[in-house]
Amino acid sequence: MRTDRTALVTLLVLSAAFAAFFVLPFAGLAKRAIEDGKTWELARSGTAQAALWLSVWTSTVTLGPDDRFGTPVAYLLSRARFPGKAIVDAAIDLPIVLPPTVAGVALLTAFGRRGLVGEPIEAWTGQTFAFTTMAVIMAQVLVAAPFYVRAARSGFDSVDRRAEAVAYTLGASKTRTFFRIVLPQVRPAIMAGTVLCWARAMGELGATLIFAGNLEGTTQTMPLAIISAFEGSSLGLAGAIALSVMLLGVALGVLVVFRLVSNQETWQA
Amino acid sequence: MGRATVFFALLVGAALSACCGNGSDGAPGTIDGEITVFAASSLSEAFKEVGAAFEKANPGTEVTFSFAASSALAVQINEGAPADVFASADTAQMKNVVDQGNAEGSAVFTTNTPVVVVPKDGKAVATFADIAKPGIKLVLAGKDVPIGRYAREVLAKASGTGGVSPDFSDRVLANLKSEEANVRAVLAKIQLGEADAGVVYRTDIVAAAGDVRVIEIPAPYNVLAEYSIAVVPGSPNNATAAAFTAFVRSADGQAILEKYGFAAP
Repeated sequence: MRTDRTALVTLLVLSAAFAAFFVLPFAGLAKRAIEDGKTWELARSGTAQAALWLSVWTSTVTLGPDDRFGTPVAYLLSRARFPGKAIVDAAIDLPIVLPPTVAGVALLTAFGRRGLVGEPIEAWTGQTFAFTTMAVIMAQVLVAAPFYVRAARSGFDSVDRRAEAVAYTLGASKTRTFFRIVLPQVRPAIMAGTVLCWARAMGELGATLIFAGNLEGTTQTMPLAIISAFEGSSLGLAGAIALSVMLLGVALGVLVVFRLVSNQETWQA
Repeated sequence: MGRATVFFALLVGAALSACCGNGSDGAPGTIDGEITVFAASSLSEAFKEVGAAFEKANPGTEVTFSFAASSALAVQINEGAPADVFASADTAQMKNVVDQGNAEGSAVFTTNTPVVVVPKDGKAVATFADIAKPGIKLVLAGKDVPIGRYAREVLAKASGTGGVSPDFSDRVLANLKSEEANVRAVLAKIQLGEADAGVVYRTDIVAAAGDVRVIEIPAPYNVLAEYSIAVVPGSPNNATAAAFTAFVRSADGQAILEKYGFAAP
């Protein structure tokens, strides 16, 4: 009994300490935002609005390639056996563990004006990537992809193979079985992966700063606007706080809506 | 006592020792112990050597640096970052800190000159006026970063009477592709060849050895970058901080700065 109680108390104290550590930074942010009279005005400034809009739409566009190309990859990783699979598995997770700045430098060495493919592309088409919104999206696709692929893969891993086998015995084609039997089961995982991917893209800073640059309206997403404000742009520290609160609000809103939607789906199923 | 409790006790102990560490700050009035110098990015190489020379001249001292845009450092100091000395690439950011009572006794200690840099093999920009040509990819530091502000002052002067043309500044800023966080980030974009031209300090070229070419800004349009240094009051190691600023301004300190291309104030 005594040991049980000690364990429980320890559990509670540790959880409380963790919760405090987790909540305090947001509390500090909220306090400053409320005390500073200009928060609302700064949040409505052109710079803030342009950055929020750019962040939201580029993060949403990022989902296109990550979902389209990530789903087959996740399916292959879940089903196929091939030599070197462990290496491919690890490589896909690389953008999670590497600092995004490394991703930015890597993108430059590939798609920069002197990069592996960037140089021939500029020679043929005159098109360069750096300083364009395209570069922002490329950076986000790269750093956010693993979050999608991981989630989708675990979805494929947990598919009930018996239902698939039954579909085959009933004469369904592979394609039909995939879309009618496999995909519906994977949907919640794909949805979760999509939200994670979107959230990661919204928060992307390092790779964008290095690969895409920082210009209002073109490449300055919310995280870049926040760091610019913090580093002394005209918005100043109060601006950095106002933008941070905006970003938090939008991210929280999206996560909550997603939870509500996915819970509803679980009930209906 | 359960194992978890022991673990918890260890955790708390570790947290306490980690959070409240108190390095070897010398006794008040004596020149020893550690100081932290917040200095403009452009001072990176020169100040590292100044710091080493100061440590050598004052055994028992240890100088650590935090290099960033002066504008970023000013924000950090005003937010209570543990700086002992602030060295700004302009007097405006120093004033921001002095006005809030977070720096005192500021003095101009060296000067620098803005220049245009282009990639070594870059053909798009050959003269200062070329940066206004349509299609040029230009990068500058942010408006409040000292070099970004100096660059915009240069453009304003070149658009004034006797300048290149009245719309020069507008045409150049139409080519602006990115506002970088500090002068070294501007330099990196040129070194990589991503941008066609940027404005940095003459002294920065040392850090890009051979990768960039310098195009002089015509003297009538150029500005003088004045660097100022001050002690942060309330520094636990005020004596050493004051000694460091004095060393920077001494003949020894000035000789090192001149070696890196800085000029006496």
